[in-house]
Amino acid sequence: MRLAELRNLSKRFGNRAVLDDITLQIDEGEILALLGPNGAGKTTLLKILAFLEKPDSGEVKFQGEAVTEKNAERMRLQSAMVFQRTLFFSTSVYNNVAYGLKMRKLPQNTIKEEVKKALRLVKLEGFEKRSVKKLSGGEQQRVALARALVLKTKLLLLDEPTANLDPKNVQIIEEVIGTINRELKTTMVMATHNMFQAKTLPQRIALMSDGRITEVGVPAEIFARLSRNLASFAAVDNTFTGTARITSAGTTIIDIGNGVQIEAAVQRQGLTSVFVTPQDIIVSKSPVVSSARNVFKGRIVEILDLGSLVKLKVDVGKSFTVQITKQSFSEMQLNLDSWVFLVFKASAVQVI
Amino acid sequence: MNPIIEGIIKAFELIFSGDPTVYGIVFRSLFFSGVAAILAALWGTPIAMLLGLRDFRGKSVVKGFFNSLIGMPTVALGLILFLTFSKAGPLGFLGLLYTPGAVMLGEAVLVTPLVISIATTAIEAVDPEMINLAKTLGASESQASITVLKEAINGVVFSDMASFNRAIAELGVALLVGGNIAGLTDVLTTDISKYTQRGGSDLAYAIALSIILMAIVFGINLIIIVARNPKVLATFGRSPQ
Repeated sequence: MRLAELRNLSKRFGNRAVLDDITLQIDEGEILALLGPNGAGKTTLLKILAFLEKPDSGEVKFQGEAVTEKNAERMRLQSAMVFQRTLFFSTSVYNNVAYGLKMRKLPQNTIKEEVKKALRLVKLEGFEKRSVKKLSGGEQQRVALARALVLKTKLLLLDEPTANLDPKNVQIIEEVIGTINRELKTTMVMATHNMFQAKTLPQRIALMSDGRITEVGVPAEIFARLSRNLASFAAVDNTFTGTARITSAGTTIIDIGNGVQIEAAVQRQGLTSVFVTPQDIIVSKSPVVSSARNVFKGRIVEILDLGSLVKLKVDVGKSFTVQITKQSFSEMQLNLDSWVFLVFKASAVQVI
Repeated sequence: MNPIIEGIIKAFELIFSGDPTVYGIVFRSLFFSGVAAILAALWGTPIAMLLGLRDFRGKSVVKGFFNSLIGMPTVALGLILFLTFSKAGPLGFLGLLYTPGAVMLGEAVLVTPLVISIATTAIEAVDPEMINLAKTLGASESQASITVLKEAINGVVFSDMASFNRAIAELGVALLVGGNIAGLTDVLTTDISKYTQRGGSDLAYAIALSIILMAIVFGINLIIIVARNPKVLATFGRSPQ
């Protein structure tokens, strides 16, 4: 069964084409990932699916019915979107999660019951009376998820649901996404630029770049095909493409250019794309003797403060993104232009 | 005794003895300014929501217009309103001139630009994505707007308090359209002016009314400051480091 259908959608903001002739079907009950670098048009596509933005041209159908300006308000009751930037009403957790249910004019008792269940699902049981402002970033994102899923809409739209979160919160959120898809059969469309997430969570992937969908398919298929488009995904954190050769030790060395060679624990030959999760990379100020096969020296070229975490871009010939805690960051006295060593195991290298 | 010191002593007597003339004036001042602030909020807030949430051509011109009107000299506005309410004026048929209604309406007009400007800024400060969040959770257009207004509530309340303060402290409008009729349209500012001009023993009334006016204005300002930054309270009574 088809839940939503997009045909020949285009959308411009000023002179820039954000979406360019998008045609896509969303099947009932599936998780579809929109995978692409920043600026590919993922968020705009999600907003159109949430009936918050309307396309300049093209058609959007939901459950067989064309979406128009007139019925958008009614259609919106069938979908809910979780935004990338955690936004919340400056009030309690309860009032945040209950917001949509109140809009739907449900009886007080039911609202209370449903909010409780939703909070249990995102592992924030008993948080009702807390102020959202005082929660951690990860907890806030879980409130945002609970606030959307409590509505039990047919369609749930997630914009980078785990971007910039620590592994514990990522795990909880991924679990919840899986659970509600399985148990409530909620259809989900999820924007991500996390290769690993795209590989494991969704049933289908749509690759996006420059406002276009270049490929749609099941993850195994998409990753196996290694299209030129996927190779150009170097814009996605820590994704590199190069020529691989198998070493005498049975591992694989991938030459990704600029003198950088990554060693992976699997065997591949020829053109290969690899991906390293930022959390898997250890940052140190001095060279460490360890079993890790990959050690690179580079300069910090960008520092991004994410609250309890700090994201660093390190240039080792190629640009790597790493994520460390705020505490480590200040203890190591890191600055822009500091020299650091990046260390990761061959088994942390995921061959796409 | 020095007539000024005598006046100040008499003023405190008037304040603490609950002098009916003094408290009648205080009551009218509070009432007129209160109604004016409420009226300005009633028509100013929707305009602020329009300016804060919608995009349309000439929006910055409208905003600039209201911003520049904040500094409108009260006497000039008083005169314009006087002409409007006078027999030959466009609203002369209402017979409002020299009535409490004229004072309240006039002061409401005076403080409207203030309400609009401050409330617009507060609404614009709310994350623009907030309206989308409300909508995706099932709010209608108008419910979503109200949600944004709630997020901006501090700024909106601040705009109302500031407008009340401007209304109670102004002289020109109340004097020119109210006529300073004792017991009917006279308020703190118009009476301070009247009693000062009379001088002599009436000076005590002017001083008493001034003290009360300042207490009201400073009190409200203090509430605003504390409400915007509760930490201010904690710094009281702490010696500088």
